[in-house]
Amino acid sequence: MQDNPEFNTPDFNCPLPLHSTDHILMGHGGGGKLMQQLIEGLFLPNFNNPLLNQRHDSTVINLGDTRIAFTTDSYVIQPLFFPGGDIGSLAVNGTVNDLAMGGSRPSYLSVGLIIEEGFPIATLEKIIQSMQAAADHAKVQIVTGDTKVIDKVINRNHEKSHGSSLFINTAGIGIVEHKMTLAPRSIQIGDVILLNGDLGRHGMAIMALREGLQFDSPIVSDCAPLAEPILALLEQGIPIHCLRDLTRGGLASAAIELAEAANVEIELTDDAIPVHDTVRGACEILGLDPIYVANEGRFIAIVPPDTVEAALSILHQFFPQQACVIGQVRSKAPNIDRGYVTIRNSLGVKRILTLLTGDPLPRIC
Amino acid sequence: MKYLDEYRNASAIQQYAQAIADITTQPWTIMEICGGQTHTILKFGLEQLLPTHLTIIHGPGCPVCVTAIETIEQALWLAAQPPVIFCSFGDMLRVPGYDRDLLTLKAQGGDVRTVYSPLDAVKIAQANPDREVVFFAVGFETTAPATALAVHLAQQQQLTNFSMLVAHVLVPPAMEQLLAAQNCQIQGFLAAGHVCTVMGYGEYETIASRYRVPIVVTGFEPLDIMQGIYHCVQQLEAGTAQVENQYARSVQPQGNLTAQSFMQQVFEVCDRSWRGLGTIPNSGLRLKPSYAQFDTAQRFALPTGKPPSDTLENVQENVNDNANSTCISGLILQGLRKPYQCSVFGTKCTPEHPLGAPMVSSEGACAAYYHYQSLTHSHPSTSS
Ligand code: SF4
Repeated sequence: MQDNPEFNTPDFNCPLPLHSTDHILMGHGGGGKLMQQLIEGLFLPNFNNPLLNQRHDSTVINLGDTRIAFTTDSYVIQPLFFPGGDIGSLAVNGTVNDLAMGGSRPSYLSVGLIIEEGFPIATLEKIIQSMQAAADHAKVQIVTGDTKVIDKVINRNHEKSHGSSLFINTAGIGIVEHKMTLAPRSIQIGDVILLNGDLGRHGMAIMALREGLQFDSPIVSDCAPLAEPILALLEQGIPIHCLRDLTRGGLASAAIELAEAANVEIELTDDAIPVHDTVRGACEILGLDPIYVANEGRFIAIVPPDTVEAALSILHQFFPQQACVIGQVRSKAPNIDRGYVTIRNSLGVKRILTLLTGDPLPRIC
Repeated sequence: MKYLDEYRNASAIQQYAQAIADITTQPWTIMEICGGQTHTILKFGLEQLLPTHLTIIHGPGCPVCVTAIETIEQALWLAAQPPVIFCSFGDMLRVPGYDRDLLTLKAQGGDVRTVYSPLDAVKIAQANPDREVVFFAVGFETTAPATALAVHLAQQQQLTNFSMLVAHVLVPPAMEQLLAAQNCQIQGFLAAGHVCTVMGYGEYETIASRYRVPIVVTGFEPLDIMQGIYHCVQQLEAGTAQVENQYARSVQPQGNLTAQSFMQQVFEVCDRSWRGLGTIPNSGLRLKPSYAQFDTAQRFALPTGKPPSDTLENVQENVNDNANSTCISGLILQGLRKPYQCSVFGTKCTPEHPLGAPMVSSEGACAAYYHYQSLTHSHPSTSS
């Protein structure tokens, strides 16, 4: 037998000093670790104030005797139309849901449109009508807005694009009608994690469309307003400790953020997490994990254990057979000094979930 | 998905875990060669179900992390040329060269596009006759037939704006290299099922008898892997060294002859440099001279060798700071150490800031341990 003297010599080591990037990458918007670094390293230290530092989907502000929730979000999705929705309905539902996650009644929205020169007015009309339909459905009013038209995007070959870009920003105000604090700091050891439906539809619907993946039945986005079920829970006295919608980064990223903020262990049960067969199949093909894939109509509610049954029966009125328990809050291991999420699989094996570095990338084989 | 569920059935997996424990009478060390299997083992926590004296070590079977840094540098150079549309599989985008990766280059203005098949790159070339379309052909025997097909199609369509940076690698020569090393600890192999689906397992029979090592062709689901380990331990305990096929639902002894003939038509075997392992004789595929017009080297003056001196200095500094003294990737890729035995695992070395190849793609051993850590192996970053 021969030794290979070259193993682990300087020539054979693999130095990969990837310096921190000095440009924004797509991954900075992916809801994973890069985005967390941007928020913690740039936005929070500069915008620093107690309301922002709560880092919730929407901020609850006291205005005299009234408590309002306030939020904003921008939508840059391509393609503009997808099974189950379009950029317009997404822009309304997304902001409605951020307001709902603060436990508020979504009431007023603003709309900012950034439209590329050359964009077809007929397409814009369809999107605007879709926004109004979504607003009617969610019982909110679009009360102010703004329009900007930008020059055609010029690429590096000095070619102009085809005028197909549209970006929408929505901001919203909701009224908080209760005295509770729905926030990570209200999470208690022993609380139970409820999920309202199956995961991964929105992300995989978009990805299937972009990549031309064909399935027997197309994957339809779960894009939907979530205020009604949440207000029903609150009105019927469920003392919700925290809510989070599962958008970019999916269930895993949302749970990690909450566990870190609350300094607890969130233990998820793999088998209990519903994923539709077609979504699971698409994820397998692309090497993605459904718990990291984006949703637009899914949320987790963290509630005290003695309210689980009541909460589920309310949720089942809105999501028949779908709402379920997927995990529990535990006190964390003493040797780990930051909150974390674990997932227990059907073999009884428990592992820690980590944030993705950037956007999930499909693997080769 | 029913098909898959069958291979993720908890009680069947636990039965195999018990069966393995029942037949294991002494310590054994088995290597799974393929990054996909590493991923499954870590994701499902299979190691935790095995007897403690059975050691599973992880091989260099991640095509993303074994691609040589010089090749990545060529990819980065190509992607920075204005006429080029650079097409790559998604998981190559994060693999760093000396100071940047394809994602960074894309942010700096490079036209880098993710494709799911080399045929997509051919379509992009058809649709953009005034641009140069380059496909980054990486991967093991599994992805090579599709690359060959793409070359074939490009030739049929007489495309003059399509070429490939070919970096395909072959598994059996790497297995031989590992077995030939004096400090080799590998007593049995799980061979990569997907590779054998294409190539069959004739070559493995020669390796099994030459090195007296049992080799079980194994699939990628948790039950596949437990069955593969079971058959391997059975042979080790009986003192036999044969090739067995656990993955018969997909693998024929002779492999897929159509795929092989496509590959033979287009490629020839060459020596290839592997990141972390050095040059392994006959371990790569390159385009045959008759397809030279689709070779990027024929169309571009590709940079070769080391980076310019100023970058090199930086690199050397970093090598001294980080890699020489700390990164033990050579040992990891040979299965001589586990990732959590590296002193910078999860602290200085993370997926955002990888110091070595195995931390780069999700199928690299260090990244797999990082993403799928158990509480017992929890790394310091969770407590930072
Ligand atoms: S953890 Fe990082 S530094 Fe350590 S061996 Fe793996 S790649 Fe190298």
